[in-house]
Amino acid sequence: MINIAFNPNDLVTVLPELFLLGATCAILLIDLFLKQAQRNLTHVLSLLALAVTAWLVWSGSPAQATSAFNGMFVRDAVGTVLKLFILLTTALVYVYGRLYMRDRKLFVGELYLLLLFATLGMMLLVSAGSLVTVYLGLELLTLSSYALVALNRDSVMSSEAAIKYFVLGALASGLLLYGMSMLYGATGTLDLAQIHAAADFSVGGAHRNLLVFGLVFLVVGIAFKLGAVPFHMWLPDVYQGAPTAITLFIGTASKLAAFGMAWRLLEVAMGGLHAQWTLMLAILAAISLAVGNVVAIAQTNLKRMLAYSTISHVGFVLLGFVNATPAGYASAMFYMICYALMTAVAFGVILLLARAGFEAEEIVDFKGLNQRNPWYAGVMAIAMFSLAGVPPLFGFFAKLMVLKAVIDAGQMWLAIVAIVFAIVGLFYYLNVVKVMYFDEPAEKNALPLPADTGMRWVLSLNGLALIALGIGWGPLLDWCNQALLASSQFAR
Amino acid sequence: MTFPLICFYLFAAATTLAALAVILVRNPVHAALCLVLTFFSAACTWLLADAEFLAIVLVLVYVGAVMVLFLFVVMMLDVDIDPLREGFIRALPVGLLVAAVMLAEMLALIGVRVMDMPVTPDPAAAAGVSNTTWLASALFSQYLLPFEVAALILTVAIIAAIPLTLRHRTGVRMQNPGKQVLVRPQDRLRIVKMVATKPAATSGEAPTP
Repeated sequence: MINIAFNPNDLVTVLPELFLLGATCAILLIDLFLKQAQRNLTHVLSLLALAVTAWLVWSGSPAQATSAFNGMFVRDAVGTVLKLFILLTTALVYVYGRLYMRDRKLFVGELYLLLLFATLGMMLLVSAGSLVTVYLGLELLTLSSYALVALNRDSVMSSEAAIKYFVLGALASGLLLYGMSMLYGATGTLDLAQIHAAADFSVGGAHRNLLVFGLVFLVVGIAFKLGAVPFHMWLPDVYQGAPTAITLFIGTASKLAAFGMAWRLLEVAMGGLHAQWTLMLAILAAISLAVGNVVAIAQTNLKRMLAYSTISHVGFVLLGFVNATPAGYASAMFYMICYALMTAVAFGVILLLARAGFEAEEIVDFKGLNQRNPWYAGVMAIAMFSLAGVPPLFGFFAKLMVLKAVIDAGQMWLAIVAIVFAIVGLFYYLNVVKVMYFDEPAEKNALPLPADTGMRWVLSLNGLALIALGIGWGPLLDWCNQALLASSQFAR
Repeated sequence: MTFPLICFYLFAAATTLAALAVILVRNPVHAALCLVLTFFSAACTWLLADAEFLAIVLVLVYVGAVMVLFLFVVMMLDVDIDPLREGFIRALPVGLLVAAVMLAEMLALIGVRVMDMPVTPDPAAAAGVSNTTWLASALFSQYLLPFEVAALILTVAIIAAIPLTLRHRTGVRMQNPGKQVLVRPQDRLRIVKMVATKPAATSGEAPTP
């Protein structure tokens, strides 16, 4: 009577996730038997697990999008691109954060395990084919993130940030679920592609009101996870309160996953209502750009400033969504990848400067960095110029593509708003550069560099990549375009 | 009006009144007990909708485990209840306003469009099996992947609890049950052979241990 249909090919489709899960469980067991001095083994094994997972994602990437487990999981080109960059940025968190966490006595096995579980959650989220998978992937990611933010439990700031993140995150998840329940009520299915097929989006359609109501809740949930104004209140506190390595994680990898979630929910499921949600996102984008860039000027704490800068960059990503075509989403995805790489450099330099008992998170801590270490001052300057969008760096071309998408969508006013506030944003990025190059350092001696040469190499390469991708951005953009074209065809 | 419908209204009214009592009664223990009643009445309405498995789980998990734990904590904390009530009247207008707005919104959402809600046929009845059977087969076939991911989330909760709560205190005297079990009689007790009949030669000399 009970007919359990099981297709062995499903396991091949989810092979990268299965491998990551198996590796995580193995690391969980191995780490139990390690002494604190041997913890580097966990570090190496975690990096190895991420690398093999990335190879499996890349090599097993199917030419056609395939779904597994009755449509719960979809493996397509968009998922592949996002997963590769999620794995890359998580690896950067490990590399940049190791010494920082060790100095703060946070170099524990749980740090690695929670990050690996969060990565698994993100991979499921960007490959979700059903509302259930979206929600569970998101919860796996956010629950791990709450614990990671609270990891430094003796710090009052960290605990406060974690509680804020938890309460507001739970509220946002609740709103998202409420929206999902309305979609289910209107269509009778949880499958994203089937929702699009079953729903009657036409004006005067049978359940249009219910769908629009559900859409509003979905947009609120997505805006919260991305950190768009007016759902951004948690972001500055969490960025400042979390250990810097964890801030790096929240600012890079989980933002890429949030993009994936937004695309799956808005385009794959609710694409027929794009006339409604492009308007909502346009408003969110405009106020995010305004609030993020203006408030960032007043910040003296670099992590807090980067939080407001995140808000403004999220505004740019949402601009890509306003042009509800594959080209528009491709520009948004390109921007998100670019943003993740730029922020990784900025937080990497903060982590490089930090020592035991010294966070290097105030802008004045960067005074005269050029006299103390010209190379890393240069790397930080590249990150700041790129975040500001100065040509010919990576950030400039990402902004250009998004602006092109907005103008193609016929929203000239949004493009003008974006340009005006990007120019306002120049001020606070260039202020950091000015502090590094023209202010007298508080201490004259050369910067004590951490012993980890691997981290210094990776950070330098990451900085140089911003220049290299600024010159050769074409292939990456083509890749994003192709991925979105291929995946959009499947979703229809 | 059929008998099930009368039952539904009775259970629904009991649920609502008990939920109101949760926030209105003065004593936290009474509030917890009212919450038990709320869960129980809700479980009854689910039974009416043929969702017997969910109803039993609600009673077993929430009433049987969660609420009992909750009652334990409330009773052990010995909460001083008067200060908790102080802000109630002051916050009441705002609370009522928020509740009224939410009620209006929900009515606008549900009441106005109630007619166009699609009624999805009960899949369990269509398959000719009981609700529990259908739920089990759906959970382990169609929803296998989400089911496993939910298990992962629980694993994360356990792992996250370790770094957040485990503290290695120094200078704490603890028992080592392993060593206690392995102890032998000769480690604790030394039997000294003494001649029983020897008369005491001198008084005041300490006996040999």
